[in-house]
Amino acid sequence: MNIVVCVKRVPDSSARIKPGADGKSIDPAGVEFVLNPYDEYAVEEGLRIKEKAGAGEVTVLALGGPESAETIRKALAMGADKGIHLKETAPGRDFIATAQAIAADLKPRPVDVLLFGNRAIDDDGAQIAAETATLLGLPYVGVVTKLELNGRTATAHRPIEGGVEVVEVALPAAFSAQKGLNEPRFASLKGIMAAKKKPLEEKPAAAGEPRMELVKLDSPPARPAPRIVGNGKDAVPALVKLLREEAKVI
Amino acid sequence: MPGPVVVFIEQRDGKFKKACWEALSEGRRLATALGAPLHAVTAGSGIAEAAKECAQYGADAVKVADHAKLKAYANAAYARIVSKQAGNASAVLFSATALGKDLSGHVAAMLGTSVAQDCTELKVEGGRILAKRPVYAGKAYATVAVKAGPLVATLRPNVFKASAPDAAKPANVENLPIDAQDADFRAAVKEILASASKKMELTEANVIVAGGRGMKGAEHWGLITDLATALGGAQGASRAVVDAGWRPHEEQVGQTGKTVSPTLYVACGISGAIQHLAGMSSSKYIVAINKDPDAPIFKVANYGIVGDVFEVLPALTAEVKKLRE
Repeated sequence: MNIVVCVKRVPDSSARIKPGADGKSIDPAGVEFVLNPYDEYAVEEGLRIKEKAGAGEVTVLALGGPESAETIRKALAMGADKGIHLKETAPGRDFIATAQAIAADLKPRPVDVLLFGNRAIDDDGAQIAAETATLLGLPYVGVVTKLELNGRTATAHRPIEGGVEVVEVALPAAFSAQKGLNEPRFASLKGIMAAKKKPLEEKPAAAGEPRMELVKLDSPPARPAPRIVGNGKDAVPALVKLLREEAKVI
Repeated sequence: MPGPVVVFIEQRDGKFKKACWEALSEGRRLATALGAPLHAVTAGSGIAEAAKECAQYGADAVKVADHAKLKAYANAAYARIVSKQAGNASAVLFSATALGKDLSGHVAAMLGTSVAQDCTELKVEGGRILAKRPVYAGKAYATVAVKAGPLVATLRPNVFKASAPDAAKPANVENLPIDAQDADFRAAVKEILASASKKMELTEANVIVAGGRGMKGAEHWGLITDLATALGGAQGASRAVVDAGWRPHEEQVGQTGKTVSPTLYVACGISGAIQHLAGMSSSKYIVAINKDPDAPIFKVANYGIVGDVFEVLPALTAEVKKLRE
């Protein structure tokens, strides 16, 4: 079983985000970077699939600057076998160019299960998985909270508004992970030591053909001045009056 | 004349979603600003008659792929149909629903472009379409545009206004050939398990009542449910609550959950961690109930009550019910 998990290095969810002086990127001061939380579910699922199959290899792939190697090592420390670092070569890369670079690298490799996080918590793009799968001609089930493999058939659960879609696909196939799929393991000290010695292939990422450009990055619009209506349940009538007469929402 | 604005209209069991009328109405405004025609595209089985409704929201042409094979959602097959209609389009719009977010990625790949997901604003400037969308779950907003080809975008529900339907408008319906290949049906939906509870979907709700750690346990959630029911809204939860197993993860609001923009968001016993604020601070009106007057949630709240949720919530529910009677 060849399992490939695509991961990304992103600012931690507790980071304060401030647009930088160029108006296009974030001010990196004080920002800590982590393995994208949704990608952790994908890595964990990859490891479980391999463990259950009793054989196979989990490869972790990341596209990004030199720091992305650290993110790959994190996944290797969780138990993945090897890494591929597609080094960023082209500024102005958009989503499709990212998918094109990943697909170009994976095309000649044997892949049974291709996993992604359902979105990265930085650009909230929510599309690299569907695009890469399309470019590779793989069937794809996105935003998955349950994945069961039975031989070469996978059954995936995908929550939608008011229900859950059940999709059955034959491998090779691609999936993207949603919270609820599993509980990612912590890397053990032994895992962290072992990760340092695991193979990490480095190569330039294919440029791809970007189509979307960032015009500018802004802070969110300011909220109106907050108002404390009162204390305890005695404040309820005043609140209801405001919601009814000022906000007109009830 | 610029190429058409194409809007994909999603249906389930022949019923179209409100969010799609919002997207179609925004499509109309965009098409008018560009001087382009507006095309509605829909796919399903036995929907030809119902699809005429699209004209009421200003679609110049309603293109329907109606076939038994399309009854269940099949991402690649639907994408094949939509992308065929989008080759020379100015824009291809979807609602940012579970289906829209999925389908748009497939369509974009077939068109060799990217998606602007979850947009909150579209405008035309110097002949170019600019799309504004939250990034970092709303800690920042990106304005994006395409260098060539159509802008593929999903529109966040509850943000764009649906026009009043004009029943007098005649529908110009065109049937689309189904030229999807067998391989496009490999990931077709086999069945849909209905949610055990008929809960309202968070991202589509106009009112959300959300609870945090201050609710002190799953056994007290009836207080949240009661207020949500009285207000006709959906229920949400903070990450702490979901991680503690009090509530299912699909109710989580925040950076690793859902980003929501309801008209009214009532935060109960939620302190307002930065990840939570990111996911809800684009709500129109925010009410916070928390016993800690220094809780960060009060900084984004239009109206706050400093107090015990166990005392305030029942009183608030009773007061709302009184109004509704």
